Amino acid sequence: MKRLFFVIPIVIFLALAVLLYVGLFQGPPQELPSPLVGKPAPDIALPALDDQNPGFSRSDLAQGKPVIVNFFASWCVPCRLEHPTLMQLAKREGVTLFGVDYKESLYGKTDTDARGLLDELGNPFSRINKDAEGRVAIDWGVTGVPETFVIDGKGIIRHQHIGEIRPEDIPDLMNRLKEAGA
Amino acid sequence: MRWLAVLLLALAAPAFANDSLPPAPYAYRQLDDPKLEAKAEALMETLRCLTCQSQSIADSDASMAGDMRDEIRRRIAAGEQPEHIRQWLIARYGDYISYEPRVTSATWPLFAIPLVLIALGVVVVLRRLARRA
Repeated sequence: MKRLFFVIPIVIFLALAVLLYVGLFQGPPQELPSPLVGKPAPDIALPALDDQNPGFSRSDLAQGKPVIVNFFASWCVPCRLEHPTLMQLAKREGVTLFGVDYKESLYGKTDTDARGLLDELGNPFSRINKDAEGRVAIDWGVTGVPETFVIDGKGIIRHQHIGEIRPEDIPDLMNRLKEAGA
Repeated sequence: MRWLAVLLLALAAPAFANDSLPPAPYAYRQLDDPKLEAKAEALMETLRCLTCQSQSIADSDASMAGDMRDEIRRRIAAGEQPEHIRQWLIARYGDYISYEPRVTSATWPLFAIPLVLIALGVVVVLRRLARRA
């Protein structure tokens, strides 16, 4: 009994030491699943980007086919990086991309500069909304651009991708689309 | 002398070229009613800025923190309760956005362990006292 009294703290200490040591070499924690996944997409009552690009409303997100919604801005460097990947995605069968132009007139840009980005790098979006004040982005739980949502045919958010989409993310996104009913 | 001032101002243009979009109306403006403003401020101090993650949105100059202050002040002015706004944000950004810890399936040990340790301590002390008596 007495001996146990000495052994227990040592065992606890060793267990803790091993745990912390292993933790030292583990990468950053996996991104937490968004609390919005599995919930209906929030409202997206916004104007269209311009007269060449139609906008979309929440009912356009529940047309029976999954949709990818991508928040971007022309001043956002990772958005430029992911743009060619979005172009590739848009060419795939069954992929519909909607864009939301987030607070375009930041960092010396003006309201219409998104068109410059699309003219330069191509337009992967069939519909584009303009969130000039960024209020809808907060309602969508967007932390920063770029951010991408996979929405199923009933308008339920099935996946949230934070940060830029790289070419190696395409298979995962295609899988998510398939799960969402593409 | 005047042309020098104009020249210097012209050279300093990049300093003004930061954001062409003005901050949201209530990002840097307090509510007129001091009671409501105090309510909003108390809430803002316990919400994490998602751009500068160790600051609260009350402290941060990040544009998104400004947007959130604006959103919160508008909602408080419209009569919404601070806790309701917190829940609204947690539903979008997760517990991560709130500096006020909640008891959840992941955090309950943090709340339970101190109570267990205190109970253990009390038991140990009582047994010692009983032995001495």
